[in-house]
Order: sequence, then structure tokens, then C-alpha cells
Amino acid sequence: MNKIVKNADEAIRDIQDGMTLALGGFGLCGIPENCINALVTKGIKNLTCISNNAGVDDFGLGLLLQGKQIKKMISSYVGENAEFERQMLSGELQVDLIPQGTLATRLLAGGYGMPAIYTPAGVGTEVADGKEVRKFSFNGQEKDYLLEYAFEPDFSIVKAWKGDSLGNLVFRMTSRNFSPLVAMAGKISIAEVEELVEPGKLDPDQIHVPGIYIHRIFQGSNYEKRIEQRTVRKK
Amino acid sequence: MLDKNGIAKRIAKEVKNGMYVNLGIGIPTLVANFIPKGIEVILQSENGILGMGPFPYEGEEDADLINAGKQTVTLLPGAAIFDSAMSFGMIRAQKVDLTILGAMEVSENGDIANWKIPGKMVKGMGGAMDLVASAKNIIVAMQHVNKAGESKLLPECTLPLTGKKCVKRIVTELAVLDVLPQGGFQLLERAPGISVEDIKKATAGKLIIEGDIPEMILD
Repeated sequence: MNKIVKNADEAIRDIQDGMTLALGGFGLCGIPENCINALVTKGIKNLTCISNNAGVDDFGLGLLLQGKQIKKMISSYVGENAEFERQMLSGELQVDLIPQGTLATRLLAGGYGMPAIYTPAGVGTEVADGKEVRKFSFNGQEKDYLLEYAFEPDFSIVKAWKGDSLGNLVFRMTSRNFSPLVAMAGKISIAEVEELVEPGKLDPDQIHVPGIYIHRIFQGSNYEKRIEQRTVRKK
Repeated sequence: MLDKNGIAKRIAKEVKNGMYVNLGIGIPTLVANFIPKGIEVILQSENGILGMGPFPYEGEEDADLINAGKQTVTLLPGAAIFDSAMSFGMIRAQKVDLTILGAMEVSENGDIANWKIPGKMVKGMGGAMDLVASAKNIIVAMQHVNKAGESKLLPECTLPLTGKKCVKRIVTELAVLDVLPQGGFQLLERAPGISVEDIKKATAGKLIIEGDIPEMILD
């Protein structure tokens, strides 16, 4: 079994206008830079993107927004992007803002084969509008929960630290964030990795996403790994 | 009147030994700087850290290691990294003991609004809705009044809610207050140099004052 593709262009070759994509990353940490750039170059339009954030104006998903390639964003926090805010307030861009834990768990549900989850996040707020509310007793308390559906994106795209040709993935530090969940949810899942290795080189006990969830993998290149907020202390 | 560091310093006194604590963006992040010596707490960052440490030394920043505010951070010995579903799993399952977050408005029945100003500011709720819906204990760090001098402690929130009936304690530049289960802000402490009258003027919601209200002890 060999899931290796040459590069990002080959990995995204059949992503069509109007499809739904899920993308890993938190802020700019752990985003699939190579595939985003390939989507920008190819000019695919009318995308629905499930991603916790929307990049910044000139990097990450912000690049797809600049090209007006995104029709709808499903995110939890989009504060870092002026073009995003402009497109949203002008109505050009549809935006579904959902709680971060709900976003993560809807992706998880997709990868776990569960059509829906119940969560207390958003009860009594506008997030609950039109949703089924049900009372459950849990942890000794009775309270209301919202029914939220699993995500089933057409394509999922993640960046991992290391991966092998079978698609097994290992992430580094907090670049893990949403990526394992995104990877599990996709009908077709693409992984770009900083280091592609032979099967057997990764410790089976340390694998974060087993290769069964990954369909295409390639060694990425030229990672910028931009830092959004560089905070330091003096020695 | 307290400045931001003063609010953070007062909140740090609420942190008890052995707690797992989630700190929100802004003033709550500053609380970590004032946790008294001898108090061991483990900080959770909802992008997937338990055991978050201080900012890195200059030159040691790691693009792969950030907190929920997207700031570069470090890990303390014994830290653990996990994905976002597990992170909110432990929040939902109430394994996190204390959540400290900011607010634009709080109502006298404990509703909180902190994610949206319709037509003006729409940044999103991030993890705030999950945190307030599940947290065992929530302390809000906020300004008592806005720049126009209007109270942000209200009978009812005017902005879209983040969560209902969830806030337990509030620390502002003027006071420490508890939100009572039956409704109302109970005044517990005054900031240095602030009178009960000052707090009355700055509080639009129902304010409950019982007996003498002591001044905060910060050190």
C-alpha cells in the first residue's frame, strides 16, 4: 500500500469548486501551508471551509479569502483577519461561528462514525437557535444540551510533523490541535508532512492518527511556520 | 481603583493549591504572574496543553508551541499535549477546576456576554461558550464600567450571550462581587480607595450590601 503523492498539486488534484474542506491548525500553528498555496494557485472557488480560524490577511486561509475563493467559513474565532471581517460584514462571505469544543467534537464524531453529539455549549445563546435541546443528567447535574451534527467534509487537509507512506501521522507540540480530528473526518484525507519516513520508522505506540484515516500523503516543503504573537521574556 | 495587574493579583488569591486552571485571553492571562509561591497549579490552554509555562526566552520561541491566545509559550516539566477534542472533553467533563475569563457584560443572574457586538465586532466565541457551559467555577475579570462610564454589571445583558447563569464571582477595578444563586451582585470587597457609594454608582444591576464591606488585601 502506498499513499504517497508527489506534491500538494497532486494531492488536491480532484478538489472541485463548491466542495467542503476541513483544515487543521490553530491560528497559524500547524496549518497545511503547501496545500493552501496549491488551492490558491489552482483558483478553486465557492469552497466551504471548516477551520477553527481563518488565517491572517496575507497567510494561511487569509490567502483563499483574498482570492474570494471561500463561500462559507465554519469557525470558532476569526479575530485576526481584517479582510474576513470586511467580507462578512458586507455579506459576501457566509460565516457560521460555532463554539470551539463543538467544532472539535463534530469533527471527532465524523471520524468516530457517530452522526451527532450533545453538548451544553451555546445553550441559551443564539448558537442554540433552531437546534434540538434535550435534558440529560450527567455528573450529578441535570441540564440542557444541544444536538449538533457530525462533520463529513469532502476533503480533509492536515499538516503533520512526521508521517509514513501508510499514512500514520505524528504531530509536534500544539501544532496537533484540531489536526487529528480533521484528518479523521474527511471522506478523503490529505496529509502533508515535514518528514516522510518508511513504514516501521514511527513508534506504533506514539502514532496520533493511524494511517487508515489518511488517503494521500506527501513531504511538504518551504514551511514558513509563521508566529502570530511572538511573546518572550528576557534572560 | 485597580489597574489590570491589580485585578489579576486579586484573582490570583482565588487560585488554590492543586487546581487545574484555564486562563482566558487578556487580564486572565496575567493571573499566572501573581500565583503565590507554594501554590501549585496546572494551567490548561484549550489548544491542547496541560502544564503551560511562561513565555520563552528571546530566541527560544517555537512556532509549534503556542497558547490559546496564539502567543509563544513554554512547557513545564510534566506537561502534556493533546488534541482539541480531548481538551474540550476535559473541560466538559469538569476536570478543570477553575475558569477565569473576561467579559463585556454580566447580568445579575450570572449571564455573560463576551463574544459579539452586533454590526461592529464579530470575532467569534472561540472556546468561551464551551468553558462557561461546563466550568465548575467561573471567575470573571472585567471593567466595572465602560469608557463612557456606563455600568457593565447589568440587570440583563444587552449583547448576545455567551452563556446563561454561569458566573459565580466577578473581580473589577472597583470591587469583588459574587453572583447569588437567587440573583443579584453581592458586594464582598472594595478596591483600595473605593467607597461603597462609588460601587453603587457603577453598578446598574441589583447590588446587595450586607454589613461592612472590607477593602481588598492584595499582598
